[in-house]
Amino acid sequence: MTTTTLAVLVPLLPFLGAAAGLLLGRTAPGFVRPLAVLPTLAALAAAALVAVRQGGDQAIDAHTELTPTGSVPIEFALHIDGFAALVAVLVAFVAACVQIYSTGYLREDPRYPSYAALVSLFTSAMLLVVYSGDLIVLLVGWEVMGICSYFLVGHYWETPEARAASLKAFLVTKLGDVPFLIGLFALGTDAGSFRITRVLGAVASGGIDHPTLIALLLLAGVAGKSAQFPLHTWLPDAMAGPTPVSALIHAATMVAAGVYFIARLLPVFEASQAAMVVLAVMAAVTMTGSGLAALAQDDIKRVLAYSTIGQLGYMTGALAVGDRGAAVFHLLSHGAFKALLFLAAGVIIHAAGTNSLAAMSRMSHLRDRVPDAYWTMTVALLALAAIPPFSGFFSKESVLGAAEHVATGHTDHAPGAAGWIVLVAGLLTALLTAAYATRLWLLAFRGRGAEAPDHGRQPLTMTAVLWVLAVPSLAFGGLAYRSLPGWFDGRDLTPTLLTSILGTGLALVGGLLTYGAWQRTSALAARIPLGAVAAHPEDGAGLVEAEAIASHEPVYGNIAYAPDAADPGRLLLGPLYRHAAVGFHLDALYSALFVRPVQAGASLVRFLDREVVDTYVQGAAALPRLLGAAVRRAQTGNVQTYVSALLAGTVVLAVAVLLVATGA
Amino acid sequence: MHLVYPAVLSALLFCTGLYGVLARRNAILVLMSVELMLNAVNLNLVAFDVWLSRAAEETLHSGQALTLFTIAIAAAEIGIGLAIVLAVYRNRGTSDIDKLRDTAEGPETEGPDTSAAEKAEATA
Repeated sequence: MTTTTLAVLVPLLPFLGAAAGLLLGRTAPGFVRPLAVLPTLAALAAAALVAVRQGGDQAIDAHTELTPTGSVPIEFALHIDGFAALVAVLVAFVAACVQIYSTGYLREDPRYPSYAALVSLFTSAMLLVVYSGDLIVLLVGWEVMGICSYFLVGHYWETPEARAASLKAFLVTKLGDVPFLIGLFALGTDAGSFRITRVLGAVASGGIDHPTLIALLLLAGVAGKSAQFPLHTWLPDAMAGPTPVSALIHAATMVAAGVYFIARLLPVFEASQAAMVVLAVMAAVTMTGSGLAALAQDDIKRVLAYSTIGQLGYMTGALAVGDRGAAVFHLLSHGAFKALLFLAAGVIIHAAGTNSLAAMSRMSHLRDRVPDAYWTMTVALLALAAIPPFSGFFSKESVLGAAEHVATGHTDHAPGAAGWIVLVAGLLTALLTAAYATRLWLLAFRGRGAEAPDHGRQPLTMTAVLWVLAVPSLAFGGLAYRSLPGWFDGRDLTPTLLTSILGTGLALVGGLLTYGAWQRTSALAARIPLGAVAAHPEDGAGLVEAEAIASHEPVYGNIAYAPDAADPGRLLLGPLYRHAAVGFHLDALYSALFVRPVQAGASLVRFLDREVVDTYVQGAAALPRLLGAAVRRAQTGNVQTYVSALLAGTVVLAVAVLLVATGA
Repeated sequence: MHLVYPAVLSALLFCTGLYGVLARRNAILVLMSVELMLNAVNLNLVAFDVWLSRAAEETLHSGQALTLFTIAIAAAEIGIGLAIVLAVYRNRGTSDIDKLRDTAEGPETEGPDTSAAEKAEATA
């Protein structure tokens, strides 16, 4: 089999799995699990084989034109370079883990067949985005992911949170997608082709007339998809979906698509200094803001959601300083440890019966109930906090190293200002990341109080996946940073001494500060009683989670926040805590700026339609109604009257004909 | 025989039938009157056919042929008509045409107020 055929199979297999799953889900429930897991595993094998054959050498290009499509041709094209090959392996790997985990996690869910099929479709769309060499075909995968995320985030649609979150995710990402589409058209028209190779060729020869405009339009779509400020607000709310979906969205698909897209078209962005600075500012605001917000969240999954936003900020930061190798390196290592964090969080939520950190901090022995999740989550949190030698350290240092490289003026393809912005924000975020990772770990596993409920071992499918994911979280960075440049642009990814010391030092400071704060506040925990715990912990994990999400707001008054005096984040953030917990009031701001004007406009239109337009319609109907009432009187119901009228009419006509015929 | 005799007779028959259809109350008598009208037409058809074919060299006697059609159709019509009257009588206990006014337009039920309320319900 040629590499091209193999590469076509990679997105095709999960797609066929999804189609078969949707068709057979009801009639043949026995096939649902194999149909969910096997195509994804096969796609993983195919993607790995493609990566091995590609080997970081010359990019594999293949294209075929199905039909002429007018001025700018749209073709089925593959463009597999080192980036595409490795990201596809990550996507297929995480998707396979998520599918296997879901068979355990959602085993009692009545909607599992459609769920598994949608996850397969989601995976297939992401793989299409990764491999596609044509921007319009890429856009197809991009939008299919949007609709799949809508369905999957809204999987527990019985709860109002899930319904609202799925709508919000869809609308906010679409808000970015409209400028994105216009940007793609502008780029395609300028370059004369939608093929990525030709677009890059046109950029290299200076054939793009409006680089800043195009880059900023594309950036809007990327901000929506990759949850960057100011379009990140959908991501924390998307936690209302099942945990495996969060893992899939956050680790490998959806949010990675935006970063990957910029990495692919980086020369287009580099053509505009302004776009690079905007990208850097966006990354910096996203990083620091999300770090602060993560420190104040009560829902364990929302902490992880904000951490995803922050880590994506690192990736866009690396892109802003023109180093896509570092960005994709961080994308790969982050994909592994973030998937692990979410899947482990799912196990913890099931075991504890709650998603609230405040409630977990009042349970002892939670770590003995879920030893696999405890150990793997520790590994993943260390990777998140970028402690050497875990994989997050190497990828994050490569980002910081690239920023330092640009800031000190060693390069001319990215503005120095962008370098400084990313470097300072990145170091600050290293501190915050370590702080919230420590807080999460301490609150979840070092709780004091009543013993955590014991309802037996977690299913093997769930715990085994955790250990599988722990391996790359632990070792991927250290093993790969020397060989990865060969796959990427060839730029060195080795951590530099200065940023390593600074980053790790700040991370340690953040961790120790949180530990100190926790020491002081944890004494308070005993005085305040336990929060909500799901009422039926013996149920399947998915049901427990849905219940935990639904009960958070009634118990604590807010989906993100708990009035817990024992939270170390409260001590660390001081007066900022209240604002950070609600994401710095961005939702309220959007609600005031956009939602309420739209609602007011809608009620105005409603008034105009009801009171003004309808009045004209009813006025116009009055005369016909009056005439109709008059004519109706002739309908007496007596047949003989009708026949008399008929006769009279005939006589009149006959007389008229006679008169005309005789010429009178 | 001069043509005027059958023509006058047929006119008289037709007018009698027409009077019966318009004025009789009993449905059976109305049907019988319809038969009178049909037979007046039949008489005309035969008389004019004879009158016309007298001058022609060869003829198909289409008027008489049409009469046979009319008689067959009239037989079918009266059969169905009587069956309907019988069914109505069994149902209503009367065959008085003046009392069978189900198709009459009743008093106006749909005012502007109710229609507005219905519309609001439909759009809500």
